[in-house]
Amino acid sequence: MALDSKIPKGPLADKWTNHKNNINLVNPANKRLIDVIVVGTGLAGGSAAATLAELGYNVKAFCFQDSPRRAHSIAAQGGINAAKNYQGDGDSTYRLFYDTVKGGDYRSREANVYRLAEVSANIIDQCVAQGVPFAREYGGLLDNRSFGGVLVSRTFYAAGQTGQQLLLGAYSALNRQIGRGKVKMYNRHEMLDVVIVDGKARGIITRNLVTGEIERHSAHAVVLGTGGYGNVFFLSTNAMGSNVTAAWKAHKRGAYFANPCYTQIHPTCIPVSGDHQSKLTLMSESLRNDGRIWVPKHKKDVEAIRAGKLRPTQIAEEDRDYYLERRYPAFGNLVPRDVASRAAKERCDAGYGVNATGEAVYLDFAAAFMRYGKEVAHVRGLDENDDALVKKLGQEVVKTKYGNLFQMYEKIVDQNPYETPMMIYPAVHYTMGGVWVDYNLQTTVPGLYCIGEANFSDHGANRLGASALMQGLADGYFVLPYTIGDYLADDIRTGPIATDTPEFDEAEKSVRKNIEHLINNNGTHSVDHFHKRLGKIMWNKCGMARNAEDLKSAINEIAELRAEFWKDVRVPGTNDEFNEELAKALRVADFLELGELFAKDALLREESAGGHFREEYQTPEGEAMRRKEFQFVSAWEYKGEPKDAVLHKEDLVYENIEVKERSYK
Amino acid sequence: MNLTLKIWRQKNANDKGKMVDYPISDVSPDMSFLEMLDVLNESLVQKNEEPVAFDHDCREGICGMCSLYINGEAHGPDRGITTCQLHMRMFKDGDTITIEPFRATAFPVIKDLVVDRSAFDRIQHAGGFISVNTSGNTIDANAIPINKHDADESFEAAMCIGCGACVASCKNSSAMLFVGAKVSQFALLPQGQVEATDRVLNMVKQMDEEGFGNCTNTGACEVECPKGISLENIARMNREYLKASLKG
Repeated sequence: MALDSKIPKGPLADKWTNHKNNINLVNPANKRLIDVIVVGTGLAGGSAAATLAELGYNVKAFCFQDSPRRAHSIAAQGGINAAKNYQGDGDSTYRLFYDTVKGGDYRSREANVYRLAEVSANIIDQCVAQGVPFAREYGGLLDNRSFGGVLVSRTFYAAGQTGQQLLLGAYSALNRQIGRGKVKMYNRHEMLDVVIVDGKARGIITRNLVTGEIERHSAHAVVLGTGGYGNVFFLSTNAMGSNVTAAWKAHKRGAYFANPCYTQIHPTCIPVSGDHQSKLTLMSESLRNDGRIWVPKHKKDVEAIRAGKLRPTQIAEEDRDYYLERRYPAFGNLVPRDVASRAAKERCDAGYGVNATGEAVYLDFAAAFMRYGKEVAHVRGLDENDDALVKKLGQEVVKTKYGNLFQMYEKIVDQNPYETPMMIYPAVHYTMGGVWVDYNLQTTVPGLYCIGEANFSDHGANRLGASALMQGLADGYFVLPYTIGDYLADDIRTGPIATDTPEFDEAEKSVRKNIEHLINNNGTHSVDHFHKRLGKIMWNKCGMARNAEDLKSAINEIAELRAEFWKDVRVPGTNDEFNEELAKALRVADFLELGELFAKDALLREESAGGHFREEYQTPEGEAMRRKEFQFVSAWEYKGEPKDAVLHKEDLVYENIEVKERSYK
Repeated sequence: MNLTLKIWRQKNANDKGKMVDYPISDVSPDMSFLEMLDVLNESLVQKNEEPVAFDHDCREGICGMCSLYINGEAHGPDRGITTCQLHMRMFKDGDTITIEPFRATAFPVIKDLVVDRSAFDRIQHAGGFISVNTSGNTIDANAIPINKHDADESFEAAMCIGCGACVASCKNSSAMLFVGAKVSQFALLPQGQVEATDRVLNMVKQMDEEGFGNCTNTGACEVECPKGISLENIARMNREYLKASLKG
């Protein structure tokens, strides 16, 4: 099947408006006759479920957590971008569009990104109307901060808990609809398959995680807002339960999976401390507004620090290498994430890492304390030359901005970041790849939609900070609820979809077969054992730097590990009870397939772009080298085994933006 | 370090349940509490025993999914954190640690340490929202300036993660801190005024129907709250409730 992105004709700035004016609508009375399933209740799924219900559709919403409020969007820290230009610093829809396409290393679709920038301002209006308590200035208006890869301040925030506040906003809209009976909410339910009837997505199979019951749910359309697949690396900043299962099952039922190798390795995370580690914790990118990143200039200082004989605060200014400021003077510490991560790896690989494992760099706030402190001292008429006082005043300012992050750091590392620089290292954070969707956010399966991080659409090869929240809410509040109507307009006379059909029988049977195999397998190793081994292969061979040889061996190793998993995994307990090991096993089984496709995709892409860095393709300065012949989306069609997946290309056309070298110097 | 864990095991909602002892050795002080339980579970799986069920997800103190009543305290001995942020350096070699679920009539046990907190969701369905459609056609976000002090206080109330530590810590199993936080978030914002009367009446009514107890001002909830939600929120809810009742 040829890929049709269905991008509307006409000038870029008019596409979305014209499209909305021309698509089919479903009248309010008929909406009551139509059911929609939404899987996932994060920013994308939660906002979509609420909005579809407001419009009048009957919505069934599903999440695997004990409440929709737990979805991992809640953990997003830094902020949400919007082209409001409240700061009067030259921001505009075009500039947000431009920054996003450039930040994504010219690997995203122009029309989608422009629409995202266009609706971004509405998101802020909407959230404020819903009672989201964004940070404000003393005059009562909204405050902004700056994020990586841009030269304006367009990021709205709520301390270091912006994702929490936005998700609780979407959750409140969802609650209103649950209260009205327009959304039926299924907590602690995991989607294990999608059901296709006559070529259209007409339902899902779920497992009730409390009782183990396998259930059939039907609808006229199915929407997946199930997040990213970063946990394929085992260690990531994702929640423990975050998984690819819903998206992967959709893939296996005919939805193409796009750009799986585009992964965001976030530069500022707390370094790994030991083998017991279950997850990694992010320190928000917003910290790079005020923190300066450095390692010692001299190896002897590095050694002394590792031996515990020297403290970072004892190293003189001239003996420090602020390598981001040195290499990228225009953007400094606020270069995009992919660039900052690779630069940290470069220094650590060269032997300048500052902890025992050699994989950590400093994020230092000393200069920010003094800068803010002087300002406060000036305003209050205190002595600006009293360093101790100025530092204390400055620390108070930093505390109001990032207090929760500093506390989180101290609890994990047992060091006080107000007194000594933080230690950070890159970690897997976000996946730009995902289910392929057209302009309407529909997958290659009619009636199956995919929104938020789960789809591939807006961030190209690298996502800019504070753009994930924007995309999730844009898709859920303002895009999908309209585009889905165009499809559902044909379903007003269909009537309820029956679940006692051969298609549902077959899907349920295949789910049960897998579960029974796992429960009765009685192997020798736990699910985590396999998951950790998969994570090691992914991190070592498909991580921050990749090469053909490693990728080829990763493909083989993952396939072997998958075979071993099915033969030798041990899942205790039974199916008909609360069984976390079983739930994990079903997720890891899918990661073991996705991982192989991931490596295959990375091998195909003989260029470096954004988060995908191939060692063979770099400039003499070690920067990513894009190649014109790879200016396409790779969309994979499932054919039995990941190795047999068939490639489809969507060529990326840039008519409104000049594709040039992505420089942050 | 070596520890003895006394853990509540309960097969399902109908099982009676009991405390079971598990010795655990070589615990690193850098482990989080839940990572320590991961290690225990890994060893149980190896021995073909059933692992201990507990709720967890983000493991960075924000999703509110983890719970646990550790040595008689919700989220354990440290302050201002959730169980997933508790580290083993808070304990010492040879310690015995008692681990129980959050206990309250309104939070029935599902299995082992996992409880059903859907009562919290139902309270939110009753009024934890502002009735504005998500059309995007609202007024500009800066059309109504909001006093920074009010906005900050609203945010502090909105920081509640809905974990239920307040209920578990309260001798009456009261949910007043949880409900007070939500009522306060909206009461402090101009956008929340329109529905203020119905909101507080409906949420309090649902809270009572779920079987949560009354507040007797012991303040235990505030002490154990991982997000430092202040008792002032309960006072504010009481004022809002009185105001709403008089309007009737």
